[in-house]
Amino acid sequence: MSKREKQAIGQQILAAFRAAGAEEVAPDILLEADTLLDLYGEDIRARAYVTQDPIRGEMMLRPDFTVPVVQMHMANGAEPARYCYLGEVFRKQDHGETRPEHPRDNEYLQAGFELFARDPEADAEVFALFHRILAPLKLRATMGDMDLLMDAVRALPLSGARRAALLHHIWRPRRFARLLARFAAPAEMRRFPESAAPWTGLRSPAEMQARIARLRADAAETPLPPQWVERLERLFAIGAPAPEALRQLRALAAEIPDIAAAVDRLERNLAALSARGIDVGAVHFDASHGRHTMEYYDGMTFSFAAAGREDWPPVASGGRYDALAAVLGQAQGRSIPAVGGIIRPGLVYELGGLA
Amino acid sequence: MIRLGVPSKGRLMEQCFDWFAARGVRLSRAGSEREYAGRVEGAENVALVLLSAGEIPRELMAGRIHLGVTGTDLIREKLAGWRGHVEELAPMGFGHADLILAVPACWSDCETLDDFATIARDFRAEHGFRLRIATKYHRLVRAWLSAEEVADYQLVDSQGATEGTVANLTAEAIADITSSGETLRANHLKIIGEEPILRSQATLLRSLSAGDAAAVRDFAVRLGL
Repeated sequence: MSKREKQAIGQQILAAFRAAGAEEVAPDILLEADTLLDLYGEDIRARAYVTQDPIRGEMMLRPDFTVPVVQMHMANGAEPARYCYLGEVFRKQDHGETRPEHPRDNEYLQAGFELFARDPEADAEVFALFHRILAPLKLRATMGDMDLLMDAVRALPLSGARRAALLHHIWRPRRFARLLARFAAPAEMRRFPESAAPWTGLRSPAEMQARIARLRADAAETPLPPQWVERLERLFAIGAPAPEALRQLRALAAEIPDIAAAVDRLERNLAALSARGIDVGAVHFDASHGRHTMEYYDGMTFSFAAAGREDWPPVASGGRYDALAAVLGQAQGRSIPAVGGIIRPGLVYELGGLA
Repeated sequence: MIRLGVPSKGRLMEQCFDWFAARGVRLSRAGSEREYAGRVEGAENVALVLLSAGEIPRELMAGRIHLGVTGTDLIREKLAGWRGHVEELAPMGFGHADLILAVPACWSDCETLDDFATIARDFRAEHGFRLRIATKYHRLVRAWLSAEEVADYQLVDSQGATEGTVANLTAEAIADITSSGETLRANHLKIIGEEPILRSQATLLRSLSAGDAAAVRDFAVRLGL
């Protein structure tokens, strides 16, 4: 019976999204696998149900709504636009070696809201909306900002190739840490013994030579001064109530001037949240928050989690994904900043509902 | 009656028979070479079931056999949450094979997994699609690469002749089982990384759902386990 009750809670959330000006949309459940695979990588195959269609090729049961909603908007949406939706998503739960005692559902509801707008208050609008809807549940709100981290990495006194490598791996903490450690140490001159094996495969000799040339050039780089590693580590470790985190970031901006603009933006965002009646002192700011979420978030990220339910996924999560929207708008030559998020009505139900 | 599942063919079957014989239990095919029934001497109430090695994980999980012999690679690839379905009773010391990641031997700039991760990123930028790894061990390879934080790749399914996919331009790298590495060399491939994705060997496993625990334990004792 709980399925009907979860659906009812979803409808309640949907009504709140509609009241906030969103148009309700109903994306397909069967999605083309290619787009999702290209965006999310092989990991999505471990989570999404893949099926084969003799004409359309490899298809996936909708693992989330963001991609189809963005595609729909890029195809025929006017801007600014607000969309909302309610429906099932499907996720495989591969338990690796041991099956957990309480495995998660393989299909569950998501109620979502996506905003496509060039409005500087868009982040605050979305966060405040989720905050207001979820207020009865007294969840722990956490916020992060990938912009800050990426600006800090761009500010490092490194070659373009080294910076690009770090930015590419910012969502993979251990790989990122290894790269940073390597860049901070004196470069080693590597030898590339010529192989007697005949060339095979699609990667060309020119591609290999280009990489070898890059590695040779890299060997001449001066190591990244340790104070920069230390600054970056301090930034990544910031986790405090938002006003306190802002103070720490402000202080750090004296040492990393390039993050000043992102800190200003965060300050305006927090002020906008206060203006919307949110106690920002109760919002936890975790600088590394976005590094543990989906790779496509590249600005503000947020999640709302239930206290004492550490084994649960967040009840709600979301963020800004301008780069993903740009990639999906390429075919139409369109690009628009985008921010949005989802609530899991099933978890809201477990917590007793919104009433 | 305890049902014991053993690979039905070739060297693996013979080595299995030897392993049990060394512990006082003589297994043999009943009747002709083509018949998949077996005989057990030296133990009471044990029936031999000859099966394809690839089906043994499924049969153990379903509880249709009490004991079974198969490779650790197959158990881990085919049974999600395998610890909830089977117990490893004994590694058997044969059927050794490593699941490895191999790339063209001509890639002299690729020695480690870090090299591989960078090459995958370059390849995707250059070719507009993710570097392809041909394999039949999807779950194991994906979980390993995910744990190693390698991105920018995709798996393509290859159920056989996997080493040939690189020359056929249907993959840039392969992940497969190898014991001697000879097929890899013949196809101008080399193994990267210091540790394989998985070290596999033939293993005697007990089904957790087949029941008859006391009889299975007696037989295990009989085998000196």
